Amino acid sequence: MEQFFQQLLNGLAVGGIYALVALGYTMVYGVLKLINFAHGDLFTIGAYLGLTLLASWNLAGVLPPAVAVLAVFVMVGLLVALIGVLLERAAYRPLRGANRLSAVVSALGASIFFENAIMLIYGARVYVYPDFLRPDFTVDLFGVSVPGVRLLILGASVALMLALSAFIQRTRMGAAIRATAIDPGAARLMGINVDRVIALVFLIGPGLGGMAGLMVGIYYGQIDFTMGWSYGLKAFTAAILGGIGNIPGAMLGGLLLGVTEALAAGYVAMAWKDAVAFLVLILILIIRPTGILGERTADKL
Amino acid sequence: MSRTPLYVALAVVIAGLPLVCNAYWTDVCVMIGLYALLSLSLNVMLGQAGIFNMGHAAFFAVGAYTTAILNTVCHWSIFLTMLPAGAAAGLFALAVARPIIHLRGDYLLIVTIGIVEIVRIALINDVFGLTGGANGIFGISRPVFFGFRIVKGLQFYYLVWGMVGVSMLLFYGLWRSRFGRALNYIKEDDVAAEGCGVNVTGYKLAAFTLGAAWAGIAGTVYAAKMLTIAPESFNFMESVILFAVVILSGGSQVGVLVSVFLFIGLPELLREFSEARMLIFGLAMMVMMIWRPQGLLPPLPRRYAMPPPQEGARP
Repeated sequence: MEQFFQQLLNGLAVGGIYALVALGYTMVYGVLKLINFAHGDLFTIGAYLGLTLLASWNLAGVLPPAVAVLAVFVMVGLLVALIGVLLERAAYRPLRGANRLSAVVSALGASIFFENAIMLIYGARVYVYPDFLRPDFTVDLFGVSVPGVRLLILGASVALMLALSAFIQRTRMGAAIRATAIDPGAARLMGINVDRVIALVFLIGPGLGGMAGLMVGIYYGQIDFTMGWSYGLKAFTAAILGGIGNIPGAMLGGLLLGVTEALAAGYVAMAWKDAVAFLVLILILIIRPTGILGERTADKL
Repeated sequence: MSRTPLYVALAVVIAGLPLVCNAYWTDVCVMIGLYALLSLSLNVMLGQAGIFNMGHAAFFAVGAYTTAILNTVCHWSIFLTMLPAGAAAGLFALAVARPIIHLRGDYLLIVTIGIVEIVRIALINDVFGLTGGANGIFGISRPVFFGFRIVKGLQFYYLVWGMVGVSMLLFYGLWRSRFGRALNYIKEDDVAAEGCGVNVTGYKLAAFTLGAAWAGIAGTVYAAKMLTIAPESFNFMESVILFAVVILSGGSQVGVLVSVFLFIGLPELLREFSEARMLIFGLAMMVMMIWRPQGLLPPLPRRYAMPPPQEGARP
């Protein structure tokens, strides 16, 4: 029972990270109907930028660790958001009117470009995060001692998701995003600046993805330049699982996938852990391509 | 505008290349030929039918492992394993593609990435106890052709490029046939094709199976050349390279050859930049989609002979 509880919490913490990355996929898909393959690599860039800021700027030496981590979170979020906007400007906007599959190929190219740019800048080795950043207290929860870092990661991702939900549901900009997702043409006629909405989506999605990359660095303690692909694919699976284009769906899908994977690793076989997500993905696309919360039937799917 | 001179020039260059190459460059050219074989097989589905398959390395792996297992466990001769290798890859492709072939382009792409990853993980985990886990299989023997043992790089060179030539002739015939026209129609507009009575699912499955079987045969040659195979040779990045080569080629066979030489051969010439090879790959994909989405050398439009004018017919 205790093992089950630990695996469940581990799955929720990882699932929260998946959900944050999945939000970027689902929001971009919502407004542009494009799978942003480079999103996973923006996540990796977040993890590397976090490391650079912490290590070479010696932030952790100047500020108390908790404040340093918080400051790095904000900076990484902003920097990756900026890269996201530049990516949209350079690789996707010229293809806005073109064949959809051209944009997909361009997105793949961007992904390969980013991954190799990281490799050329940082080198192909695994990087280790400074371990004093990782909070090492434990919390007693229902008689089980739980590592505090798990709860913090889960709490941070849930807080970010709630903030995003409030932004999308309560503000005028959020309403503009929702309107553009439903019908870009009509939204333009209603006086919404669609280009700005798309830029905003490319600020929020990559920003959240970059912060998720930093979380992975702190949680697992090590990062490498290829991790964007596996996390990106899993987060994409989560977005499909919840229903692509659907924001609550991405959150639900992320948490669900994280838990499924953790339980499969704990009870079935550790070596097959990475295959679980892909199997889930293939099964959903065959059985229910609209996902759990997606009610809209996608055309020609 | 005909491309016959281009083909003749390519054939002459390829036939004469080993005369000016040392052993190292001959080996490089063997690898280029292997990539050409794989890219041509991917071109059948991706270039001709527009099926976005990014898991081609999975079928290549099935072929290579079939050969390796039949050769090391059952002691079959390499050339005898070519047929089972192609059949195994084709049947595997048919089985996995059947439920997913109707998916739209970008979704199919994601699912095929999933398939190539699952195959790699299965190979590492030594599924069925036959694949040798992460170390792979070694001790594969050299191919023997009617008592003639193929050992040297030069002999492999002519074997591989001979197969490339045969494949090109075969796929050219296919392109000219009813089958090829149906695939092109599906690529342009699958709804319209379905409306005109083309069995879209059937043709897509046939193209997928044929391309995968061809990749399996390429796997046989790869296993025989390398003598050892390991799961890491069939990773997802290989699939990406093949995908990019075909997309950038534009979908004509000569385009595929040019693209293979550009993206596999050129980095060998520019050794100091070889680290940045994939970076340039990615950049090229973005730039091409913006400025030349049809690729380097798209297929020429089909030409049909006019029927001869009939006697006494009014103009």
